[in-house]
Amino acid sequence: MSAAQVTLRGVTKVFPAAAGGKEVHALGPIDIEIRKGEFFAVVGPSGCGKSTLLELIAGLTAPTEGEIEFEGRAIGQNVPDGVGVVFQEDACFSWLSVHENVEFGLRQKNLAPEEKARRAAAIIEMMGLTEFARSYPAQLSGGMRQRVCIARTIVAEPRLILLDEPFGALDQQTRLLMGDEVLRLWRQTGATVFLITHALDEAAMLADRIVVMSARPGKAIDLVETGWPRERDSRIVERENFGALTSRLWKTLREESLKTMGRAGGGG
Amino acid sequence: MSKLRLYQIAVVAAFILLLEGLCLAGVIDKITMPAPHVIVWDFVRMVLAGRYFDEIGKSLANVLVAFASAYLTGVIIGTILHGHKTTREILDPLFATYYAIPVFAFYPLFIVMFGLGDGPQVLIGFMLAIVAVIVTTLNGLDRVPPVLKKTARVNGLNALQTARHITLPFCAPYLLTAAKLALAYAFIGVIGSEFIMARSGMGYEISYAYTNFDNATMYPLILLILLLSIAANSLLSRWERVLLARRGQN
Repeated sequence: MSAAQVTLRGVTKVFPAAAGGKEVHALGPIDIEIRKGEFFAVVGPSGCGKSTLLELIAGLTAPTEGEIEFEGRAIGQNVPDGVGVVFQEDACFSWLSVHENVEFGLRQKNLAPEEKARRAAAIIEMMGLTEFARSYPAQLSGGMRQRVCIARTIVAEPRLILLDEPFGALDQQTRLLMGDEVLRLWRQTGATVFLITHALDEAAMLADRIVVMSARPGKAIDLVETGWPRERDSRIVERENFGALTSRLWKTLREESLKTMGRAGGGG
Repeated sequence: MSKLRLYQIAVVAAFILLLEGLCLAGVIDKITMPAPHVIVWDFVRMVLAGRYFDEIGKSLANVLVAFASAYLTGVIIGTILHGHKTTREILDPLFATYYAIPVFAFYPLFIVMFGLGDGPQVLIGFMLAIVAVIVTTLNGLDRVPPVLKKTARVNGLNALQTARHITLPFCAPYLLTAAKLALAYAFIGVIGSEFIMARSGMGYEISYAYTNFDNATMYPLILLILLLSIAANSLLSRWERVLLARRGQN
């Protein structure tokens, strides 16, 4: 689990000036290596370019400068095959049932319809949604809808799963339980997970390694190895060094967050 | 049946009863309007005798052509305009003030251009309906959450597939509203034009009966138009309710 799966070298993102405004230097230069199979988290103050970083890796936006590679290939204008993304916002298709939503994740796969239905059903069962397979998203809670979105992503068996604050809209208990679920999926699928979050405890609980980003323009200012065993769940918060870990993250982040509060901030 | 529905029916029934009372008491004289039960009786006789079936068929066909052409063209123009910000900004003031323009004022011009056939009537219905469709389509497309478009890209969908599988299904309730508006405007345009000047059609027959004091024809035809437009609208509304309920927006 040491080979680099994603490499960012000197990556910068500058958004062109809107009418009457100035251009926005959102990110970088930043250098990051994400290892195959690891759980990698990014924390940073709001507006530091975390989501931009995720969109760059996903191929949803192009860097102004620098190179990004996924499995040794430069990421172009399209989302590379083998990459799945779960967004913070509710991305369920409200006009499709849970089963149809999940099966949508297999659109690009050249599979027989029965096989697609079988795989979707298996993932739905894995996510504990079998009872709701025929329900529509409007009939589900926020946490369940996010599970549908996660199921739609992992059904395609991505080798890299990008999570953009996927629990941001959920309550604390649901977030902890969803954290457990993501850890379980991470182990079961063997995929690499890249998580963007603003919650320090979430990053400390879930990740193998955590990058702390500075205020805008976001740069990597610290890299923390948690050293957790692969078999873990939310009870890791009971460990003695969990507190020391979050303290370290907060110490680095506090000053950056204050910088952000000093200026009128934008989104993450 | 819900309580609300019962109240709605009660209001309509009360209005009809009031009319009936006013007619029978002579407050509304017979030449102005026959009592509702007489209108219904005339209507039944008209339907049983098969009178005006050709006229009804001709008007409905024109309404359908005006509706379908305005709807298809409107959805296509709306979808294209959504991707062309500048063109949309140029046209926005026109859309905003469009319904202040009395489209019927152009009817004589259309008759001069196309003759006294179905063309001008369909054109008026089309012109009345199309802008409502364009504006409603744009309204729906504006509301597609960016995260759904990103999801489309993550799933490798091209522009056409995104429209087919994401944006248009998301907009389905708006597209149904557009259909309801288009149908209502097509009815108004076609029947109104026939009323003003035509050689046939339901509007023409109503106008003809009106100038000849033929209440036994005029009121049943008015009733027929009312029933047809209410039926078409209810059908679309029912469909709309199913879609919205599925999305938790009822």
